[in-house]
Amino acid sequence: MSHLEKDSFGAKLGMWLFLFTEMLLFGGVFILYSVYLTRYPKEFGLGGHQLDLVYGATNTVVLLSSSLLAAMSVTAIKTGAKKLTLGLLSGTVGCAFIFLGIKYLEWSAKFHHGIYPNAPKLIAGPPGESIFFSLYYLTTGLHGIHVIVGAVLMSWTAVMVHKERINVTDNVTLENVTLYWHLVDLVWIFIFPLYYLIL
Amino acid sequence: MSQQTAMAEGGFWRDTGKTGIGAWIFSTDHKRIGLMYLYCVLGFFLVGAFLGLLIRLELMAPGPTIMTAQTYNAMFTVHGVVMIFLFIIPGIPASFGNLVLPIQLGARDVAFPRVNLFSWWLYAIGAIIVLISLFTGGGAPDTGWTFYVPFSARTTTNVSLAVFGVFVLGFSSILTGINFITTIHRMRAPGMTWTRIPLFAWSLYATAWVQVLATPIIAITLLLVVTERILGLGLFDPTRGGDPVMYQHMFWIYSHPAVYIMILPGMGVISDIIPVFSRKPIFGYKMIAFSSLAIAAAGSAVWGHHMYTSGMSDLGVLVFSFLTFIVAIPSAIKVFNWVSTMYKGSISLEAPMLFALSFILLFSIGGLSGLILGAASTDIHVHDTHFVVGHFHYVMFGGTGFAFFAAAHYWLPKYFGRRYKEKPAIVGWVFMFIGFNILYFTMQVLGMEGMPRRYYDYLPEFARLNFVATVGSWILLTGVAIVVWNLWRGLFTGEPFTGNPWGGASLEWSIPTPPPTENFEEDPVVTHGPYDFKGVGVP
Ligand code: HEM
Ligand SMILES: [Cu+2]
Repeated sequence: MSHLEKDSFGAKLGMWLFLFTEMLLFGGVFILYSVYLTRYPKEFGLGGHQLDLVYGATNTVVLLSSSLLAAMSVTAIKTGAKKLTLGLLSGTVGCAFIFLGIKYLEWSAKFHHGIYPNAPKLIAGPPGESIFFSLYYLTTGLHGIHVIVGAVLMSWTAVMVHKERINVTDNVTLENVTLYWHLVDLVWIFIFPLYYLIL
Repeated sequence: MSQQTAMAEGGFWRDTGKTGIGAWIFSTDHKRIGLMYLYCVLGFFLVGAFLGLLIRLELMAPGPTIMTAQTYNAMFTVHGVVMIFLFIIPGIPASFGNLVLPIQLGARDVAFPRVNLFSWWLYAIGAIIVLISLFTGGGAPDTGWTFYVPFSARTTTNVSLAVFGVFVLGFSSILTGINFITTIHRMRAPGMTWTRIPLFAWSLYATAWVQVLATPIIAITLLLVVTERILGLGLFDPTRGGDPVMYQHMFWIYSHPAVYIMILPGMGVISDIIPVFSRKPIFGYKMIAFSSLAIAAAGSAVWGHHMYTSGMSDLGVLVFSFLTFIVAIPSAIKVFNWVSTMYKGSISLEAPMLFALSFILLFSIGGLSGLILGAASTDIHVHDTHFVVGHFHYVMFGGTGFAFFAAAHYWLPKYFGRRYKEKPAIVGWVFMFIGFNILYFTMQVLGMEGMPRRYYDYLPEFARLNFVATVGSWILLTGVAIVVWNLWRGLFTGEPFTGNPWGGASLEWSIPTPPPTENFEEDPVVTHGPYDFKGVGVP
């Protein structure tokens, strides 16, 4: 097959491979989490109780809704509904902002209580607690960066839809960006129970 | 580029809308990208080899010789980082893979040409970051290329920036892997069934999977080192409840499979060269193709053999030792098949074949010494001695390094339309081969006798052999210089190279020399296997 025709199956295959690498990236952190969890089960439980369940749950709902909107935008573009697609994409990006806003509130509340990486309070406390919060900041921080990247990609696709470079027949880019967004969502689905709901 | 005028007529060298350097660094043509990788990779090899020479000079005699202890630490670190991340991992896949793979499959380009260009840019940027890290901040990193904690978390040298550069390089490697997997699945010409794919392409396929599945782990591990340094997370710090051995696990979960990113493409090169220069179909095609996948899979489960002495459980040591021995099987299959291919063949000993043959010998020595390291009992004796250094140079340099030069002599004339001179190539090879063995075999003996690695100074009883090894490094580098100079000069001003002088049967030999930008005027239809030499003109 020459590269002159567009191979949308190939494009999706490439994207899936890339998503695997992203999962493995987070997998590294989750391996650390599981090793340290078996070493410090009590401290991890206590740490989990200090996280704010309301913030966490709200963010879960926000991300799930954004994923739904993103999925709907793919269906919309395939029927050629450009306006609807743009609306749904703006909705997704909006959700990303809400998510980051809540994350900001959450982190600053923690910082206020003297819980941040390398904080004197954590160093003085039991080692397992410091490990828990280090992992918490690491994982949610890494995830937050992915949310930002996802939002930028989403906005860029919206511009492409507006310019009709992404359209009824040629929309694999939108599909791929949506896949990326589902990954961001999926990772959060792991983070939420592991950190907020533990024990 | 003034070189272009010296180039043989036509081909992708000529055909360009843009001119000057922009015609290269913005080109999405896989052949230009492959050549750009090649120049960078070769440049870094020479830099790394020069640093290796300096290390050997320092070790020539006991006591301080030409540098301070701190400089020595930086020297072997930078040598390791340059050789591993800038030369050998991208070496064959990114340069020769890009040059050859699409043509061997009958495609006009890789699946994602723009991503391919982006990978090269990431490689260039990552390399520049690594280079900057040597001269800024607290000076060149001095941790060894493995960046082991706790030292890498504490040292005041410029570890963070270097590690970040390596992170960018990893990203480039992942994208190349994704591109190659998709290319092999989607871009094969009609008739190019899975059992008609040349073995070089097969080896790139296995390599690409390792690149995709292992590199993310090193990415996160290196990020952890940076966060450890900047934010003080304490995840590997025992005083804070962390565990430094966890770092070693994560590092080697990547870095052992990465060994196969380094060696598999080299094996692929050899599998393509041996049949052509023996004028016989490869023996056991399917076994060779399959063993690449087997090596990639089994090689992902043996990382613990680097940590026998770190206080793992006895059961862990036993399991990892057992698994390590299993990896030797598919590697041995390949060696047997190459040798069987040559049996009763009409062998022509030209430069590519000489490098390929020395690959088999040196790789076998490296692999067998690997078994000594894989057995926990013997490893405890030679762990972190010069024996290890000898072992991995036999595999990486004697293996992949020699395969790199085999590939250069075999394929580059195809892309330049000119060839090197045969005599200097052979003389250079002789120097390389002899110098190599004097240098690294002596190192293995030194290690057996107990000389540790990464030590600035040593006991007087090691003085004689160290002197011998250093002399070996001079012979080796003389050979490298002859080979590189001869290639360089020949490819730009040598005799014309046209048609199919080696008599290869894979697709790259069926198109004009140098290849046109689009590779094939019409998409080819493949009717025979890559080692089916019937009907291919004997030179
Ligand atoms: C060209 C001539 C070369 C010479 C003279 C040379 C020499 C050396 C020496 C003396 C050491 C230090 C041993 C120690 O004290 O631990 C070393 C380490 C190393 N070399 Fe080479 N080498 C050469 C080529 C290569 C190549 C081609 C590669 C890889 C493809 C390579 C990869 C390494 C690595 C990874 C280390 C370990 C660095 C560390 O301990 O952190 N070398 N080399
Ligand atoms: Cu290993």
